[in-house]
Amino acid sequence: MTVWHKLRPYGMVAPAIIIFSLFFIYPIFYMIYLSFYDWNFISPTKTFVGIQNFVDLLSEPEFMQVLSNTTVYTVLTVTLTTALSLLLALWLNRGNFFYGIVQGAIFSPHIISLVSISLLWSWLMDPEYGLLNWVIGLFGFGKLQWLSHPSTSLVSLVIVAVWKGIGYNTLVFIAGLQSIPADIYEAASLDRSRPWTTFTKLILPMLSPTIFFLVIINMIGSFQVFETIAIMTQGGPVNSTNTLVYYIYEYGFRFFKIGYASAAGVILLVIVGILTIIYFKLLSNRVHYR
Amino acid sequence: MARILLKGISKTFKDETVIQDLNLEIKDGSFTVLVGPSGCGKSTTLRMVAGLEKQSGGEIWIDDTCVNDTPPGMRDVAMVFQNYALYPTMTVRGNIEFGLKNRGVPRNERDKLVKDISEIVGLAPFLDKKPQSLSGGQRQRVALARAMVKKPKVFILDEPLSNLDAKLRNQMRTELIQLHKRLGTTFVYVTHDQVEAMSMGDEIVVMNKGAIQQADSPMKLYQDPANLFTAQFIGTPAMNIIDMQGMKGLNIRSDRPVGFIGFRPEQGLLNPDRPVEGLVLKGDILTRESLGAENIYQIRSDAGTFFVKTFLRPLEPADAVTVAVPHDQLYYFGPDGGRIYGAGMQERALIAGGAIV
Ligand SMILES: Nc1ncnc2c1ncn2[C@@H]1O[C@H](COP(=O)(O)OP(=O)(O)OP(=O)(O)O)[C@@H](O)[C@H]1O
Ligand SMILES: [Mg+2]
Repeated sequence: MTVWHKLRPYGMVAPAIIIFSLFFIYPIFYMIYLSFYDWNFISPTKTFVGIQNFVDLLSEPEFMQVLSNTTVYTVLTVTLTTALSLLLALWLNRGNFFYGIVQGAIFSPHIISLVSISLLWSWLMDPEYGLLNWVIGLFGFGKLQWLSHPSTSLVSLVIVAVWKGIGYNTLVFIAGLQSIPADIYEAASLDRSRPWTTFTKLILPMLSPTIFFLVIINMIGSFQVFETIAIMTQGGPVNSTNTLVYYIYEYGFRFFKIGYASAAGVILLVIVGILTIIYFKLLSNRVHYR
Repeated sequence: MARILLKGISKTFKDETVIQDLNLEIKDGSFTVLVGPSGCGKSTTLRMVAGLEKQSGGEIWIDDTCVNDTPPGMRDVAMVFQNYALYPTMTVRGNIEFGLKNRGVPRNERDKLVKDISEIVGLAPFLDKKPQSLSGGQRQRVALARAMVKKPKVFILDEPLSNLDAKLRNQMRTELIQLHKRLGTTFVYVTHDQVEAMSMGDEIVVMNKGAIQQADSPMKLYQDPANLFTAQFIGTPAMNIIDMQGMKGLNIRSDRPVGFIGFRPEQGLLNPDRPVEGLVLKGDILTRESLGAENIYQIRSDAGTFFVKTFLRPLEPADAVTVAVPHDQLYYFGPDGGRIYGAGMQERALIAGGAIV
């Protein structure tokens, strides 16, 4: 009886722990292990190479560009998504006529699969027949190359990511805004607070947990961008949209340089790990929580 | 200081009319209490004065200005909210000086004002704390300080004490009364607690279903209620009301039909030792409540169940009792609840509940 009582909780969480270990913990350690080897995925022998994979990676200009692409992509996506969805939320939160329609409309990209979205936007951004070029043509602008030119390709992917993410972000912001009691605004209006002051001195600080949460999950998500790149650009043209996860995928499963890909995976793990630590550290200190 | 005038105010939410043709003068420097049951429109009235809610019709005057189109911040009205509505991301100091900052009060003047006010309300040690780390009573004081520091013409308080425990509530009541004396500003105070209303207000406005039932001084309200609603709303226990429909044999002189007779519980004489000229009721004691100096009996008679309150007398042990109410302590109301003055009972024919005395 007492033994059963003691064991029961462990029994209950065991399935989750087993699955988690099998599909998350084990692969992570296996990846770290592989990053010190040279292996082509097929041959029975793995050659230990020490930190050679990391040395190769960090001295490879292509990888440096991948890192910089990923960072630029992440910074742009996160700032644009957060800023735009905050603006949208502030507008929608006033509960006007559009509220229901717009909320439904902006949320739908969130539930459509990324593959469909990627294909859709590939058509929209087609330089010859795409809708986007037709629309900007109406305003008298010349054709843009969108995904087909290194100068616009990364930004084009950012647009797709923002479009996809804005609905969810707006919804979370609206929830955050609605948790601010109405009488705070009323007290502010009696205190002669101008709209801008109310926004910067009251709303923003009170939304800080929401903003912080969204920035971090958007950041982690953006660092791992893969589907849109695999479908829309395959990292091109001339490596301009190659990002970390796509790079890992290519080296691992197309060139079969498993050790090298694992080393890149370890670097991604470190970056995401640092972001997560910042998240929890800041969360406990800086951000206003009630 | 300011006088507030509400002229023919009405308020409609969507298609529900909450307040209709409300006329009220709130005197300069008075402590006016709006009291009434939940949902009667007290908060709505108050919020219209503050400008947080726009009236659907009518005019609001503060002193000699019609403030219909004046935004809340410019009406010189400060409000204390029921849930305090403190700014959670600011310190106590930040909360208090926010309004001053928005008015462009220079820093050193601000510091002095904040210092003075925090000493008055006893917040000086907490100025750098966030409201979340304060107790209910301290938060209440922050809300008060935030309102006071602006030196408004009108103070509006919407059930400011309802979140406090009984002891603190009593203490804050006294403090608010003293504060009002000291500032001399017009206070408009909302509560649904009639005891609070009676103990604080020098002018009480009784509201029901969006209409003013009576606006008077506490004593006047108690002794001279204008209608059945006020009579029953003010006083604990409430005024006893006898429905005339179930009563036979009462010979009442009145130029209008009488629907109800009322008397205050403390005016009912329990087992009087000498004959009393008045209404006499016979009944059984249902419950006895002893509060030390006073006892409250619930008595069932053929005329209905009513309360009697006695002072400084031993608890009545008998079950069957006689209660007599002198003539001049009886209140008469018409079937619509309006007070009837000048009505009376035929002397001698004192039959009630089947008993003849
Ligand atoms: N924003 C609103 N929209 C619709 N109806 C409202 C709104 N605010 C108040 N009401 C209605 O107006 C009526 C009066 O509300 P009010 O808040 O003034 O009551 P109150 O007298 O302050 O009651 P309480 O003692 O419970 O605070 C209620 O029936 C309420 O349902
Ligand atoms: Mg109310």
